[in-house]
Amino acid sequence: MGLFKDSNLITDPLADNNPITIQVLGICSALAITAELEASIVMSIAVLFVLGVGNVVISLMRNIIPSKIRIIVQLIVVATLVIIVDLVLKAFAYQLSKTLSVFVGLIITNCIIMGRFEAFALANRPWRSFLDGIGNSLGYAMILIIVGFFRELLGSGTLLGMEVLGNPIDKTGVYAFGYENNGFMLLAPMALVTVGIIIWVQRSRNEALIED
Amino acid sequence: MEKRTDKNSYTILFAVLMVLVVGAILAYLASALKPTIDVNKQLEKQQNILYALGVNENDEKSVAFVSTDKVADEFDKYIVKQLVIQGDDVRVDDTAYLIDIKKEQASAKNPSYKRQLPLFLGVKDNKLSYIVPIRGKGLWDAVWGYVAMDENMTVTGIFFDHKAETPGLGANINQRFFMDDFIGENLLDTSGKFAGVDISKSNADPINIDKLDNEVDAIAGATITGDGVSAMIRSELKVYSSYFINLKKN
Repeated sequence: MGLFKDSNLITDPLADNNPITIQVLGICSALAITAELEASIVMSIAVLFVLGVGNVVISLMRNIIPSKIRIIVQLIVVATLVIIVDLVLKAFAYQLSKTLSVFVGLIITNCIIMGRFEAFALANRPWRSFLDGIGNSLGYAMILIIVGFFRELLGSGTLLGMEVLGNPIDKTGVYAFGYENNGFMLLAPMALVTVGIIIWVQRSRNEALIED
Repeated sequence: MEKRTDKNSYTILFAVLMVLVVGAILAYLASALKPTIDVNKQLEKQQNILYALGVNENDEKSVAFVSTDKVADEFDKYIVKQLVIQGDDVRVDDTAYLIDIKKEQASAKNPSYKRQLPLFLGVKDNKLSYIVPIRGKGLWDAVWGYVAMDENMTVTGIFFDHKAETPGLGANINQRFFMDDFIGENLLDTSGKFAGVDISKSNADPINIDKLDNEVDAIAGATITGDGVSAMIRSELKVYSSYFINLKKN
């Protein structure tokens, strides 16, 4: 039973308590790396790992962390985790570590991680914290992938690097009919607009989310 | 009652212990893994140099290096000579590829220091190429690369990499669509003076037919990374241009 009674910890962040659209956490990385779908997916997996493990570690330490320096302790935990993973990958999976190294800084400074440590893991048992970490990173992943999908499709005409709309230089596919890529989609402001549209759609479907 | 964890003495003790534990773990891991990481880095340099020479396992669109277990043999086979240029002095040095460009650039700020410039001579398909390492700054952190040229300073192959450029934008400098654009570009202008290659946003030549314009097409959304790469090519290859001019005279 215990396994299922907490299932809302996973499902809530996917919908009505989404970390990006409702809690407004993790916006910075949602803007920075969603110009391509692949980068969005890699970042999502990395955050899933760090938030899942980090939440458990913080939860285990929750009764011994001095409240005055808890933010610094949280920062040290997440930075240590990320650096250990980075070092191990550099030694044993060098090519993979090169792909991931650009994300390392973005993970440490991702406010979802600090936000969930502070709001949840400090006050809950490890198993519940683990579920919360997984749930929130899935909610984060969902938005990142939606934004990445539209930005790459409309900005570059590709998905995961494959030319799905034809070749813009040889004028094949939809480009033969005068379609052009919207280069603006590749810039950060359009990520914000895309996130805004998602928030709009979500709130118009569920009026309970609208604040006064 | 005040909680035990709110006391100042506890807070300080906790902070000290945490720093010691975390510091010890990270220091141990970093020093234990350093030899393995160093070997990986050396092999990577060899792979990058061979890539610029055109020795790689690319298919139509991918960037694929010679595999790590073969790279040392391939490196010995294709790279026929490694030189170090220092002032007017040119010497042969079989470990020239290990010279730390970052350190050399820093030392060269002192005007009395003569910078060591590594140069690799590689032969592929009976054609001799000169390969030069370059290093500069992108938007967030370092960018670097290897440029292979013939004796007229026409690019025959190029490889770029970066430490932390934005994924999807500046990070794409290590993709084929960008790197392959440089092949055939001449680093000298029409009068034979060194000019470099500019990454241009106003370039009306996206397929890069004109190889003599000293320009390639920029990546949209990656202006500062592009400017950094242009500046790197200009400043880092310029220091070699006198060697190439002498080469022609002789």
